[in-house]
Amino acid sequence: MGDILKLVGQRLGLGLVILLVISIIIFFMVELLPGDIAQAVLGQGATEENLAALRKEMGLDKPAFVRYFGWLGNAIFLDFGNSVVTGEKVSTVIGARFANTLFLACYAAVIAVPVAIVLGILVALLRNSIFDRVANVLTLTSISSPEFFLGYILILYFAVKWGMFPAIASLSEGMSFGELLNRTFLPALTLVLVVVAHMMRMTRAAIINLLASPYIEMARLKGVPPLKVIVRHALPNAWAPIINVVALNLAYLITGVVLVEVVFVYPGIGQALVDAVSKRDFPVVQACCLIFAATFILLNLAADVGAILTNPRLRHPK
Amino acid sequence: MSIFVITYYSLLLAGSTAAAFFNKRSIFTLLFSLTLVSFVVGIIGGPGGLRAIAICAGILALAAMVSYSFREFLIMLAGPEVAKELRTAPLTAAFGMFVIFTYAITGIFAPWIAPFGEAEVISSAFAPADENMLLGADQLGRDMFSRLVYGTRNSVGLALTATCLAFFLGAGAGLLAAVKGGWFDQLMGRIADVIMSIPSLIFALLMLSIFGPSMPVIICAVAIIYAPRVFRLTRAVAGNVVVMDYIEAAKLRGEGTGYLIRREVLPNSMAPLIAEFGLEFCFVFLLVAGLSFLGLGIQPPTADWGSMVRENATLISFGDITPLIPAAAIALLTVAVNFVVDWMLFRSSGLKEH
Repeated sequence: MGDILKLVGQRLGLGLVILLVISIIIFFMVELLPGDIAQAVLGQGATEENLAALRKEMGLDKPAFVRYFGWLGNAIFLDFGNSVVTGEKVSTVIGARFANTLFLACYAAVIAVPVAIVLGILVALLRNSIFDRVANVLTLTSISSPEFFLGYILILYFAVKWGMFPAIASLSEGMSFGELLNRTFLPALTLVLVVVAHMMRMTRAAIINLLASPYIEMARLKGVPPLKVIVRHALPNAWAPIINVVALNLAYLITGVVLVEVVFVYPGIGQALVDAVSKRDFPVVQACCLIFAATFILLNLAADVGAILTNPRLRHPK
Repeated sequence: MSIFVITYYSLLLAGSTAAAFFNKRSIFTLLFSLTLVSFVVGIIGGPGGLRAIAICAGILALAAMVSYSFREFLIMLAGPEVAKELRTAPLTAAFGMFVIFTYAITGIFAPWIAPFGEAEVISSAFAPADENMLLGADQLGRDMFSRLVYGTRNSVGLALTATCLAFFLGAGAGLLAAVKGGWFDQLMGRIADVIMSIPSLIFALLMLSIFGPSMPVIICAVAIIYAPRVFRLTRAVAGNVVVMDYIEAAKLRGEGTGYLIRREVLPNSMAPLIAEFGLEFCFVFLLVAGLSFLGLGIQPPTADWGSMVRENATLISFGDITPLIPAAAIALLTVAVNFVVDWMLFRSSGLKEH
């Protein structure tokens, strides 16, 4: 057990270091602006007094690394300063939206993960048959389409032509849970289509890799029925790659969600990020980037740790 | 029961019976499962559903015929060595090559193909299609078809430039790291780790918010984001080559780093790199399309597929599919490149499954 704990500890430490480096990149990238933030926000026509006032308000008169530690220290307690456009606290702007985004991602994941794993195993068992080829072409098409293409096709058919689901995923206070699921169904389905395709392909590859190993051959040769080969011999060793696949794809959801939110006008953090980028609202951009990056790293970390924990060779050391 | 439905089922059943009789098992399975699916679709969707299936099958058959002819055409043109390779290409790969070829022609000869200029306002906003305009007008009254044609040049050109730059940076660093090793290798590896642990779209948005959306910024940002992937692959492939005896021999001869990279390592790690170039292009293309869909890509009035979708998206709520055509064009090219890459990977590597 000691080995596993050490490995997991190492991974966690590495993740923390990378997160720190990324926070440095995100903070100091803004320093690369020609002029400074105050100049960029107020534009060319700003008077000296206005510039000086804004600089003082944002603490730009202090050296950069002092401001960095102040920013990082506040960020740990989820305080990202004030928006330079509206003057509101960034955490109040983003907080509720982040919950919405998480809800959408979870909704998509709950549908996508079981479907993808079952289909992936099925396709791996039927490999090189005509169904496998058709599935290959279909998943490849789904992966290759931009998210907004899939999203608009779903809107065109499910919302405009057949009128089954609303095209715009607006949320309001006091909606029942069923209503919520109904309104966010199309954005979730878009994400599901992309993620299922990715996950199916990766699951298929992982299982096929496994089925080629000698102990499976051995089990087959001694006459174990096919289903038992899968359940008893292949699956225990397949968990590690499958968990890896799931976590990696959940990390992929994090990026996919930005485009989908814009297509469906969903009040999530991705939409906030895109708005902030076009308005050059740097505190919001920094906060959103940090949150996205942290989630991404966390999920990748989960993939690593999951793979270590489910690896039978590490769990039962000789 | 309309005549269409009767013909539909009798054709399917006749086809599957014939396939069964001539012992073509896979064709039989395909046709017969299609028949079974048609029963379900027919009950739920009526003749409309069946018609949709028939149209899809027709399009697929057409694509198959085009790819078959295109492959034969390429085999005729190519020399005996290449022709032998081409004969092993599956139809999907041939289809991919055909699509890439068409896009290349469209992009190169855009000014001659397009009937109007890309920024030329010729009618009222959202004017419907007529004999003058194949696909109607966009939100400012510009010809959609012309913008689509020019978009091939702009969107694909931008993605291609960015991919080339990413490749140049990534492959250069990877080869150097493999040959030199030591601290340089370590440093590059750690930098790649950090860049790859930020989601690509988020990193691109961060850079664009700071430097503003302009062509050089987009190219550099995308190149920086995707160079680490190329670096990793090149480093791994070249790492296997560097330990070979002939590299040792070249080193003992006293050859410099430049010679080792150009003449010894690069030629022996070319095959996977070319396949990676295709994959990388797909990623870059989708990222750039996403950015321009968000209004942060190529700026107007330059025609670009991603922003065309966004600008005309209101038409979708009236049931019009014109705004989806640029998006479909993006998807089609990515699928095509993926098909070709699939075949190349299958040919060159140990992906051959038993």
